[in-house]
Amino acid sequence: MAMWKAYCKDFWRYRYLLQNLIGRDFKLKYRRSVLGVLWSVLNPLLMNIVMVAVFSTLFAGMRGQGISNFPVYLIIGQLLFTFFNDATTSSMSSMLGAAPLIKKVYIPKYIFPLEKVCFSLVNCVFSFVALIIVMLFTGAPLHPTAVLAIYPLLTLFVFSLGVGLVLATLTVFFRDIMHLWSVFTTMLMYFSAIFYDPSQMGTFVVYGLSINMSRFIKFNPLYWYITAFRAAVLDGEVLSWNMVWICGICAVATLMFGLFVFRKKQDKFVLHI
Amino acid sequence: MNMIEVNNVSMRFNMAKEKHESLKEYFLAAVQGKLQFEEFYALRDVSLTVEAGDFYGLVGLNGSGKSTLLKVISGVFKPSAGSVTVRGTIAPLIELGAGFDFDLTARENIFLNGTVLGMTPKYIREKFDEIVEFSELRNFLDIPLKNYSSGMVSRLAFAVATITKPDVLIADEILAVGDFLFQQKCEKRMQELMSGGTTVILVSHSIEQIERMCNKVTWLEKGHVRMQGPCAEVCAAYKELNGHAQEAQA
Repeated sequence: MAMWKAYCKDFWRYRYLLQNLIGRDFKLKYRRSVLGVLWSVLNPLLMNIVMVAVFSTLFAGMRGQGISNFPVYLIIGQLLFTFFNDATTSSMSSMLGAAPLIKKVYIPKYIFPLEKVCFSLVNCVFSFVALIIVMLFTGAPLHPTAVLAIYPLLTLFVFSLGVGLVLATLTVFFRDIMHLWSVFTTMLMYFSAIFYDPSQMGTFVVYGLSINMSRFIKFNPLYWYITAFRAAVLDGEVLSWNMVWICGICAVATLMFGLFVFRKKQDKFVLHI
Repeated sequence: MNMIEVNNVSMRFNMAKEKHESLKEYFLAAVQGKLQFEEFYALRDVSLTVEAGDFYGLVGLNGSGKSTLLKVISGVFKPSAGSVTVRGTIAPLIELGAGFDFDLTARENIFLNGTVLGMTPKYIREKFDEIVEFSELRNFLDIPLKNYSSGMVSRLAFAVATITKPDVLIADEILAVGDFLFQQKCEKRMQELMSGGTTVILVSHSIEQIERMCNKVTWLEKGHVRMQGPCAEVCAAYKELNGHAQEAQA
């Protein structure tokens, strides 16, 4: 309990630093680009156009037939996956990037992974404009349940922070993680039902293992965040009980684990970066 | 009142004979039993007490552990043994440009560095002009810091760190960079802070500066405390060392 109190007090004292670091990342990301922050919208929009084109012509058979509004279905998957990918990848190297600071000044170290995940969330929220554009363009109705999408988004934020804390810790000691993680996220992308409907995928045989896609994918937490978001925004449904507890438990458990690992090793960071 | 208590602090570093920065190397070495470390004590059983209002000097040759001690006091390093207690806020000026992002402009950096030191944006806005005035950099506010000279960076760093009236100011060799006019200005500022109740710890290789400003001095040698006490005594002994060195050379 005392530990949590100390965390909170520290956090309150350094909230402006968090703000400023996010502001810094923002400035540096868009400095000297003509369109600036507009890229947060344009990039997912253009990606969406490319992928819709590819999966409507080249791989038209792969996406399944039950999806009512494929462009919107696709961009929700893209946006949430990009958020997770950005957040974890950038918090992974956050401690290394903060080396010049934490070698000279005392700052609570979890600020840095936290800042990266927050920054990715800010970007993600900006890119929701792209989602709105696609929805308007395809004439998708705006359901009142869309406000419920905040739940999968916030729990995904917590989940990403937990993963980010673990990755940041590991990377301080072994730089290999950075290379491994990009391979892992590529694999994860194909198993997150971003551009297909898993219930129509049937059973695959991969390296001699037969895998029922619609069952297998349920072990992937990202699938649940994306599916819950789609249920609220695209299908106009209230989140199912399964969605609520799986999203919640995965987020809280991962964050606890992340904080535990990070705390255990954080005093050694400064000797290794 | 004791502002800083350092009790029997040791700081041990494991100097790996080879650095393993990849998993494969590490596991190979671990399996073969080749994970060897050379222990290196940067500080060994160091104790000191800084009282409120002290102007405390640290002297010693290169590698004697002065900077390590400052980092232990400011919380950057956690000591391997012993304990450190600090009362109040610390403004560390340990290395130049700590908390600066060199891609950002000076204006942006004032806010970034200020919040690193725990100030609120409102407070920084209030004091902004004072900081700029002191650092004499008004014409260069919107230039990225990477285009600054080291003297300019140190002026900015000093101006930001001393704007608050911290309880403890830690200054490591920061005055060596600026020109003599700015050095005088910094000394004046530190004395102002002192009279306002700030305790200062100063590391300097300029023994004259230590003699001029400090009241107590600790002399570190290879991580041990060689001598501790009133400024004049310790400085005299330290200067004698210098004398011996010159004799040995001659």
